[in-house]
Amino acid sequence: MADKQQQVVVKRARHKSSVKDPGTPGVLKMTKDRFTFMANDPSSPVKLNVEFRTIKGHKFTKDGTKQALLNLTQDQGGNYIFEFENFPDRNVCKDFVASAIALSGEAGRTVPEKSAVPIQDEQLSAAEMERRIKLLQEDSDLQKLHKQFVIGGILSEAEFWATRKKLLEQNYSRRPKQRVALKNDMWSTKPLADGQSNRVTFNLTPEIILQIFAEKPAVRQAYLNFVPNKMTEKEFWTKYSRAEYLHSTKNVIAAAAEAAEDEELAVFLKQDDMLVNEARKKIRQVDPTLDMEADEGDDYMHLPIQDHGLPRNDNKDVLDSQYEPYRRSFSQHLNQHAAVVLQGRVIDVELGDTRSVAEALARTKHAELAKDASDVYLDKERLERISRMTEIEDLQAPRDPAVAPLSIKDPRDYFDSQQANAFSTLGDTVSGAKQLKCSVSTREAYCSLKECISEIKFQGLTEPTINSEVAFKVLNGLAQNISSNKYHLGRNPNESILDSLPKITREELLLHWSSIQELLKHFWSSYPITTKYLLTKATKLKDAMSQIYPKLQEIKESVQSDLRHQVSLLVQPMLQSSVFMDQAFCCRL
Amino acid sequence: MSPPVPSKILTDDVSLLMVLIDTNPHFWSSIKPHFSFSKFLSHVLAFLNSILLLNQLNQVVVLATGINSCGYVFDSSSGSVSQRAESLLPKLEEFAENDESLSERDDDSGNGVGSSLLSGSLSMALCYIQRVFRSGPLHPQPRILCLHGSPDGPGQYVAIMNSIFSAQRSMVPIDSCVIGIQHSAFLQQASYITGGVYLKPQQLDGLFQYLATVFATDLHSRNFLRLPKPVGVDFRASCFCHKNTIDMGFICSVCLSIFCKHQKKCSTCGSTFGQAKTLDPSASQQR
Repeated sequence: MADKQQQVVVKRARHKSSVKDPGTPGVLKMTKDRFTFMANDPSSPVKLNVEFRTIKGHKFTKDGTKQALLNLTQDQGGNYIFEFENFPDRNVCKDFVASAIALSGEAGRTVPEKSAVPIQDEQLSAAEMERRIKLLQEDSDLQKLHKQFVIGGILSEAEFWATRKKLLEQNYSRRPKQRVALKNDMWSTKPLADGQSNRVTFNLTPEIILQIFAEKPAVRQAYLNFVPNKMTEKEFWTKYSRAEYLHSTKNVIAAAAEAAEDEELAVFLKQDDMLVNEARKKIRQVDPTLDMEADEGDDYMHLPIQDHGLPRNDNKDVLDSQYEPYRRSFSQHLNQHAAVVLQGRVIDVELGDTRSVAEALARTKHAELAKDASDVYLDKERLERISRMTEIEDLQAPRDPAVAPLSIKDPRDYFDSQQANAFSTLGDTVSGAKQLKCSVSTREAYCSLKECISEIKFQGLTEPTINSEVAFKVLNGLAQNISSNKYHLGRNPNESILDSLPKITREELLLHWSSIQELLKHFWSSYPITTKYLLTKATKLKDAMSQIYPKLQEIKESVQSDLRHQVSLLVQPMLQSSVFMDQAFCCRL
Repeated sequence: MSPPVPSKILTDDVSLLMVLIDTNPHFWSSIKPHFSFSKFLSHVLAFLNSILLLNQLNQVVVLATGINSCGYVFDSSSGSVSQRAESLLPKLEEFAENDESLSERDDDSGNGVGSSLLSGSLSMALCYIQRVFRSGPLHPQPRILCLHGSPDGPGQYVAIMNSIFSAQRSMVPIDSCVIGIQHSAFLQQASYITGGVYLKPQQLDGLFQYLATVFATDLHSRNFLRLPKPVGVDFRASCFCHKNTIDMGFICSVCLSIFCKHQKKCSTCGSTFGQAKTLDPSASQQR
């Protein structure tokens, strides 16, 4: 077998242009970054010198078939087929090629990154892609737009998402996934005791191990220290189980005895110093506005085993102080367990590998310690917090008024009102302002006003109030006006024409509207057209716009005849925008 | 948008009509050849009387909108007996005198028709309506009718929008009958938002017919009637800094004040704005 570290492989082979071709015999020489092929016949034109960077893959025939072939494929579709005399030769070359391709692949990847950033391709991380896909999945309108433009080739991905960065960011930080918390039940220290033999069985699952490491830092530290140097994992856990068993029997003397013999066991039997330190630190950090008296007396790790001042049985006092370190108090254990459970999962490591779990926990603890130690602002923050908590409300300055939530309306509600009149009202106001000129002074104006009033006072109202022909004309005019708007449903002037269309038509119209807006946005953002890229982009956008035009016509025709006028009013600005875009594009120079 | 006003304990078709009459003298003198104030008044008075005839419990209140002040000129419910509309005339004369005295002496320039104080009379009408609301459950359904002709004053944009929103909140429809030359964007918006009727009569000498056909209907009957609807609404706003009507502008994200130019600080709520994003996206698109 070839040595994997081999630098050069030289084999006899035939180079074939296709499988059927008998091929030219020659020598194939492969080094780490290229391979060369020299034909035996010096006059033959076949001479190859190819870098592995261009080779993207390799194919080969199975061992035992008629020919021992190796096919090296290139990115652009070219390939090199070599036939070897026997399979072992071919396999050697095959392995070499595989490693060479892998090597050059890595090398190749680093090189383009240093050069200029490619225009069309974006360096997307997997997370970014995921975000975009999720966003598209959730918003079907966005997906339709995306499909229409990006997949239709009119806009590129980068351009489409350029204006939607806010959406992506928002989405990303939204809902964190729910995680399962730690179990609250404590690991039972009552192992399964086999009544007949003197065996006691403990069951350890990765979950339990995690909990043990979280609750007992000394055990964790011991694990990191002892395994795999001093003992195997199984031995470690056996010792630990023995310690637990001893504790469960509450036989302090026996525990002390065994601890004296076995150094490692002693670690499990003694008090956990790390825990003690942690507890002390926590006491110091208690917010004095919550509990001004928090001090060492509240340190649950240091309580004498009298359990918070409750008197205990006298026989316990007899025991020597040398046995003190070997005592365990249930309340201590319970408190620690509760603290760990409330903290929740702090690490995200897979539970299978015990060592990695231990290391991860150790790391987080270290990080916390380091943070606390180096946190210069910790005290300052505490002081600030204290001063905030002890504020007297009456002496405060008035706060800013509470903010009322905004009521932002969907622009689609205003869709039809805006369309039809956008141009005509403009015309009215402009011309109207010109007409109305008052050439009379204020005093005169008021005079005439007062004259009119006195006129009526003395003459009374005119009889008849209104001429019958005029009245008739007015009524006719009104009736015509109302009947032309006949198909506006209901008396509510705010009901829109959009609602009276069938749902599909409505969706289509709105989709066209949003696509036109998108196209216009990109079109105008690429002005002034100075580079070829912008020119092609603008052309593509213009063409896309002109494709929407017949679709709108179709919609107009498909609608019921009585609604047709209204729909054409709605559609008119959209059609105009396509016309304008054409004109603008033609006049760009 | 406002739902139809729920019927109160009185019979459904009792209404309280607040009429806002535009008494801008400049406007009336400029429109003189087509339509005179006296003809206008005669149509309106006949209309008011007919409203009072429709139902014994109907109430009409008239406000005059001048260029310097606004005032109540008629209240049908004052006095023991329902009064006829003609009794507004002396009060109207008084109002015109008062308004004249308030205008500055040296303002004799004929530089176009100014705007009348629509925001003021809208507010006064709404205050009256609020008082009526608080008088107990037994009251007519209020609505406001604006007979307006002066052009919109962009300086009143904020005040008018505020009154429109409070009308919307109290569910008081604002009907508009525009007798001027051009449409009024403010009144279009007002009628649109509050659910009233907006009409610009084609023939001003048939004004009474318009009023009787379209604006005399009470709110309950409007459920069964089809009334004219404007073709579109001009939603343009005016900027807060120069009072120009604008289509596109800058908006404060805190108080929604509108500005035509980029500002460092919002003049209404005082919040400072961040760096303006580059307004030229073509620069960023250059590859």
